[in-house]
Amino acid sequence: MIELRNVHKVFQVKSQEIHAVHGVNLTIQDGEIFGIIGYSGAGKSTLIRMINQLEKQTEGEVIIDGESIGSLSGKALREKRMKMGMIFQHFNLLWSRTVAENIELPLEIAKVDKKTRKERVQELIRLVGLEGREHAYPSELSGGQKQRVGIARALANQPSILLCDEATSALDPETTQSILDLLIKINEQLKITIVLITHQMEVVQKICHRIAVMSEGKVVELNTVKEIFEHPQHEVTKRFVRDVSGSENMVRISKELQTMYPDSHILRLHFSSDISSRPILADVIRKTNLSVSIVNSNITHSMVGPMGSMYVCVDDGTEEEYQTFIQYLLDEHVKVEVFQ
Amino acid sequence: MSAINWDQMIVAIKETILMTSISLFFAVIFGGIIGILLYITQKDSLCQIPIFNRITDFIINVFRAIPFIILLCCMIPITIILVGGMLGFKAAIPSLVVSATPFYARMCLIAFNEVDKGTIEASKSMGASNLEIMLKVVLPESAPALVSGIALLGVNLVGYTAMAGAIGSGGLGNLAYMYGYVRRNNAILYTSTAIVVLIVFVIQYIGDVITRRIDKR
Repeated sequence: MIELRNVHKVFQVKSQEIHAVHGVNLTIQDGEIFGIIGYSGAGKSTLIRMINQLEKQTEGEVIIDGESIGSLSGKALREKRMKMGMIFQHFNLLWSRTVAENIELPLEIAKVDKKTRKERVQELIRLVGLEGREHAYPSELSGGQKQRVGIARALANQPSILLCDEATSALDPETTQSILDLLIKINEQLKITIVLITHQMEVVQKICHRIAVMSEGKVVELNTVKEIFEHPQHEVTKRFVRDVSGSENMVRISKELQTMYPDSHILRLHFSSDISSRPILADVIRKTNLSVSIVNSNITHSMVGPMGSMYVCVDDGTEEEYQTFIQYLLDEHVKVEVFQ
Repeated sequence: MSAINWDQMIVAIKETILMTSISLFFAVIFGGIIGILLYITQKDSLCQIPIFNRITDFIINVFRAIPFIILLCCMIPITIILVGGMLGFKAAIPSLVVSATPFYARMCLIAFNEVDKGTIEASKSMGASNLEIMLKVVLPESAPALVSGIALLGVNLVGYTAMAGAIGSGGLGNLAYMYGYVRRNNAILYTSTAIVVLIVFVIQYIGDVITRRIDKR
């Protein structure tokens, strides 16, 4: 369990004080995938570095498995760090070492004997799916492969915590997905607690159990993925959710649809995660004689199921049937917005 | 124009190579150590001691500012204590080391600072000690720059041995100046010049080959 108790971090830049982290309280459970999301400058980088004490907090306590690590230094701190892996946005591999040698580095540091080291490296290479690339140098790898090396290296000493610092921000969407799949696999197979920071809502949505939203050094919202997406409270959270659900285009889309289908009803249906696995739309179309066409849809997947919204055009029915249609959707807990 | 005394020429070549390699050896060791000290004591580095850093930096700048030909003269008393005289190729070595060491220390510092800060942060996150970070990360990652620095230093030292030769140490510079220039023996002047150029080319070539081989970027 990771506990942050009222942690502050103040940087002294010239004569100016910068309050990067401002009284954060967090408890992260064992085996959890915990996301911290925020725009750049929100303090999330500093926060994650306090967990392994790459940044020392100015105030407050960092407690790992009941032990306060803020006061540790030297050898005791280094031993604690060996039990926490970390991966980075820019991978931070040594170009002078091959894939296998890069993965071996933390084992050398932990003074593991040579034979065990070689075996462990082979195991890790298999785990991250880099068989056959052991003797390649980082410069010969793609971004996704480099991050796989980073993950293998972070897992070398069998840590109980994996810290991910914008681990997918430098990768393309497809590679991001494969790295996220790998992280889920690691979390499930090895029961490792994963703490990740990102500015990509898609990332936390896809893999996190719980999310903390950071803004100006504070945690402004903390909840499950489902709650964050369905009932965002804080302005910053709403902005993130809007970005991923594409609703910043709402006004534009509804205008376009109104000019394209001037004689139809235009509705926006919002599906939340617990209901959208059922064929609600098919059912309601069968019940009425309306012709319903989906004209725009944005349904995405999260750890708790699909969620999102779609625009539909409704034609060819009586007013009564139209009311039945809307009532049915409302009864099924679909949020309905009528544009026309 | 008289002929070349080849025995004399071969002795001069040997002296130049010896002066260069011995002073290169010591300059790389001393310069490397000072470079490491400068690196780790920098602000926000592994073991920051700003005062030590500033003083060392100042001393280095002082020595780098002294023109070599003047340094040679200033070093005469120390040279006499160290090697027992001020003539001959051995007498050039203390001055050569003193002039080359700050230069190489500076080159090391630049090379170390080029190492990606992210890799150092990553090794800290693995629980590496400062010694391990230096030995397993900073030195290997900066190796190509360190090696090309040695080659550059070697080339510079060949030039300096020639200057030292002009005021009485041995080697090709001495031969070219005393026998070639002063005695108007163009054969000696141009032959020894050609050999100096050849030595420089060989050093540069070896440096380039090694640098290319170890650079996996």
